[in-house]
Amino acid sequence: MATSAAPRVLEERGLGATLRRDAWWLAPAAVAIGLLAFGFYATWAAWVGDHYEWGPYLSPFYSPLFEPGWWPLSPAFLILWAPLGFRVTCYYYRKAYYRAFFLDPVACAVGEPRHDYHGERKLFVFQNLHRFFMYLAVVFIFILGWDAIVSFIWPVCSDAVRAVSVPGACGVLPSGELAEGPRTFGIGVGSLVLTINVILLAGFTFGCHALRHAVGGSIDCFSCAKFGRQRYRLWRGVTVLNKRHMFWAWISLFWVGFADLYVRLVAMGVISDLRLL
Amino acid sequence: MAKRVFRLFRGQGNTGQLVDYELECDEGMVVLDAVHRIQAEQAPDLACRWNCKAGKCGSCSAEINGKPRLMCMTRLSDYPPDRPITITPMKAFPLIKDLVTDVSWNYEVNRRLPEFKPRPPDFPDGSWRMYQYEVERAQEFRKCIECFLCQDVCHVLRTHRKHDEFIGPAFLTRAAAYETHPLDTNDRATYLKEQGGIGYCNITKCCTEVCPESIAITDNAIIPLKERVVDRHYDPLRAIVRLLKG
Repeated sequence: MATSAAPRVLEERGLGATLRRDAWWLAPAAVAIGLLAFGFYATWAAWVGDHYEWGPYLSPFYSPLFEPGWWPLSPAFLILWAPLGFRVTCYYYRKAYYRAFFLDPVACAVGEPRHDYHGERKLFVFQNLHRFFMYLAVVFIFILGWDAIVSFIWPVCSDAVRAVSVPGACGVLPSGELAEGPRTFGIGVGSLVLTINVILLAGFTFGCHALRHAVGGSIDCFSCAKFGRQRYRLWRGVTVLNKRHMFWAWISLFWVGFADLYVRLVAMGVISDLRLL
Repeated sequence: MAKRVFRLFRGQGNTGQLVDYELECDEGMVVLDAVHRIQAEQAPDLACRWNCKAGKCGSCSAEINGKPRLMCMTRLSDYPPDRPITITPMKAFPLIKDLVTDVSWNYEVNRRLPEFKPRPPDFPDGSWRMYQYEVERAQEFRKCIECFLCQDVCHVLRTHRKHDEFIGPAFLTRAAAYETHPLDTNDRATYLKEQGGIGYCNITKCCTEVCPESIAITDNAIIPLKERVVDRHYDPLRAIVRLLKG
């Protein structure tokens, strides 16, 4: 067995020991900053439990909105565990945080701080729950898709409605609620923000490795399996998204935070939502 | 013509040192050319394994400025001319001499891998029918040239020396080539979990980064195998379905 260590002069003992001369630390540092920034913002936004709704807009951090009387904390905590679990157990994010936070390894061919390594065998065996979070994440896509559709439905802007509305936001009362009365199709910047949000989240969710396995990856012989052709096409489709899973992971993470921030700032009156139609 | 400094590992067994060689270099040279010129002009006892010089035999694997690479596919022009190029042997395997390591462990692992077991032939003449779209997955893995750079960079082997418990990305890829083949009937999920040590892989993708054949080792081989292991050992819903089906 090839277990003898490399000659002492070549050993990578301790964190950061390497013969590499490129900026290997840059990628894990950027990942750590990105994940920490999102983590702090998301925790704060979930914790405050306010300014998550305005007019037809609902922050994705609070959707679906459950507000049971017995729950003492922010309603975001009732639902955020599901998308959080999906991201934490995601194969891309695992790579990202194993490198950036656990330094296991911090970069390829770079020394590590610890020598007691179990991989995903002991504590991290929970990562195998990913497929169950994926099932929930797919449900969330439909919920957020519904939120995006609702964001295009506004009260008809009659004189009576205009009289009780916030200036520049016909149909939205000063409390942030929608005015009573008939509805019509309308587009605000927030409608576009929430629509882009669900599209990006769908790109991330429908490129998931566990979904890829579920729709066809588990099949060896497509021509022998029931609905083999259809499942092959599904597998190919998921594979197209899966090839850029990292891109979808980051862009959807950024945008879901931005969508919450947009709704929050409009609800707080810091910015005005521009009505396009 | 320009002079460059090459810092080569020289040694045997567990001892050795980095030795500088200054060399006249020509345009278009690759690292293996420089090593051969050092052998020819300055160090005739320098040990170096090579064969095709075309990136297809997988023999000249080494570490160039700390990164596992094929020497024959690494251009000198990729590196700043005023800084030495460091060339060292692969660290995951025992050193024989200078740049040559003993990679025989890999062949032992290969022998232990559950074999390809095709289903009975579809036709009386002993042939099978399968479609191109079905074998494409497995064909990607057959591009492997057995350079073992993925084994070398994998921190489970390189840093944590789990050679007794983990077969490494090269043989997870080989297992995926069998496992996803439309004719194969062998089930490797339990082997991969128990003897193969697939749980040691924390999918940090270094194997994919260094593969000279650009095989998506992590995404297309290891993760699909991990999902098959989950099917068999960690998914209670699948367990219930298996129970009901008997």
